[in-house]
Amino acid sequence: MIGFTYLAAILATLPLVLILAHLVRKGASSLSLAFFTHMPGSVGEPGGGMANAIVGTLMLIGIASIIGLPIGIGAGLYLAEKKGTPLASTVRFLSDVLNGLPSIVMGIFAWEVLVRPVRHFSALAGGVALGAMMIPLVTRTTEEMLLVVPTSLREAALALGYPKWRTSISVVLRTALAGIVTGALVAVARIAGETAPLLFTALGNQFWSTSVREPIAALPLQIFTYAINAYDEWHRQAWAGALVLITIVLIISLAARFATRSRFGAPVD
Amino acid sequence: MTSLPVDWLENDRRKLRVDASAYGDKIYEALTAACALAIPALVIAIAVAIFAAAWPAFAKLGFSIVTTSDWDVRAGHFGAAPAIFGTLVSSTVALIIATPLAIGVAIFLSEFAPLWLRQPIGFLVDLLAAIPSVVYGLWGIFVLIPLLREHVMPFLRDTLHLGATPFFSGPAYGPSMLAAGVILAIMALPYISSVSREVLMAVPRSQREAALALGATRWEMIRDAVIPYARSGIIGGIMLGLGRALGETMAVTMVIGNRPEISASLLAPGYTMASLIANEFSEATSDLHLSALMAVGAVLFIITLIVNAVARWLVWSVGRRRTQ
Repeated sequence: MIGFTYLAAILATLPLVLILAHLVRKGASSLSLAFFTHMPGSVGEPGGGMANAIVGTLMLIGIASIIGLPIGIGAGLYLAEKKGTPLASTVRFLSDVLNGLPSIVMGIFAWEVLVRPVRHFSALAGGVALGAMMIPLVTRTTEEMLLVVPTSLREAALALGYPKWRTSISVVLRTALAGIVTGALVAVARIAGETAPLLFTALGNQFWSTSVREPIAALPLQIFTYAINAYDEWHRQAWAGALVLITIVLIISLAARFATRSRFGAPVD
Repeated sequence: MTSLPVDWLENDRRKLRVDASAYGDKIYEALTAACALAIPALVIAIAVAIFAAAWPAFAKLGFSIVTTSDWDVRAGHFGAAPAIFGTLVSSTVALIIATPLAIGVAIFLSEFAPLWLRQPIGFLVDLLAAIPSVVYGLWGIFVLIPLLREHVMPFLRDTLHLGATPFFSGPAYGPSMLAAGVILAIMALPYISSVSREVLMAVPRSQREAALALGATRWEMIRDAVIPYARSGIIGGIMLGLGRALGETMAVTMVIGNRPEISASLLAPGYTMASLIANEFSEATSDLHLSALMAVGAVLFIITLIVNAVARWLVWSVGRRRTQ
């Protein structure tokens, strides 16, 4: 049985190795400078790139962070300071529930609220859907990191005559900053590759657009469109796109890892 | 005489500062409370929006949405039973594959692995959760499906003679329930193993030492002392993985074949609720069609809500016991 646990460890890490190896092999051959600077080509035309999708993904991450980070950190502060109150327990439970909601449900919610009334797909709707997904992630990591800050620090600041709000922001929050940055990065890494919430919000765009009120291209959407089509050239583009996407996600994950090295095996959710 | 006004001034200033800080505290509390309340508000808003949008379909079609299996948009038939069936079956297959592996990894990492190996392996397994689902789907289409079709499916059906059972009979399609199950297993594994590892490591030392002192081997200690203590937490982890698998959209849509039929064979294509929504939502032609898709979303919402709530409660109950 002990042997089985060794085998399980090998089998569990195998898919990761296989997927990454395959991605690098398939993706690297189709990657070129043009991939980052050119627009998607038309069907059957070789070459072309995903410049618009890369910019689109960065914009969506930006919109999502503007929404998700402040609300998440604020809620985390509240939970850490009011722990034990019924409201805090309820909020904590619901944030876990929210975290477990399928991303496609978030997508149809954003569609119903932001797309249907104006009858127009938009980058904003996509960013809001992703931002809403970030909130519970950031909330829980912020709370966890704040709870680790020693009470003596807080008491020292209060004893020096700091008001409560300054104690929280410039002493407690600052002490936990590295951990909170980690949480934020993990949340960004998680939403950067999300596709389902964007299907009927950001929609995707074959053209250059940086307007928040217009449909916008995104790497995951572009990979999906190319993968399910029959053209070999598009398949190559899909692999290249996937390699770029996973590189972005892995860099963010590694950055999160090194922002706080103390926590052993932080769960990604 | 001359000192008095200064004193007043000092007093006033002190009073002012107290007032200002009290103001600051009030604003600060109101802001953080507003952020915290945004979470319940969001959950309620999601529920209301989806159920309101799903209501016309439920009002017109009743529960035939979940009980009938004929999905024909032009004829106005919206029976999502095959999609519900496919969601449940693909997730079950995923759990059957992922659970033993995930718990094996968790035990390996918490009990047997050399210290220097724990962090890297744990990180690698966690990274599985960081891979975007569309990348899993891409890999599924071009690597996993050919592998299953050419080697695994014929092996299961013919070499192991499992073709005699309805579960592995019929022609080996590439896109299939089995392909979806395997992809979902890989995706759910990191969630199950990271929760299991945490609850295993939360088992008190005394529990282990007592078992060893009674003459148990290391494996007996794990089986009889550690796992029973962590059981509800591990089950919670499995349910969290289940929640992920039930709602997973892109990877499944890309490998399951998207055929709205109920088939006992895992080698045949199927459909899931999430992929039904993903495929048809942006092309929904009528209001009823749209509403029916929202109804499917509502069913998915309820199922994942229940699974996640139970999972959190189970994990939480272990944490509470630890602190007592």
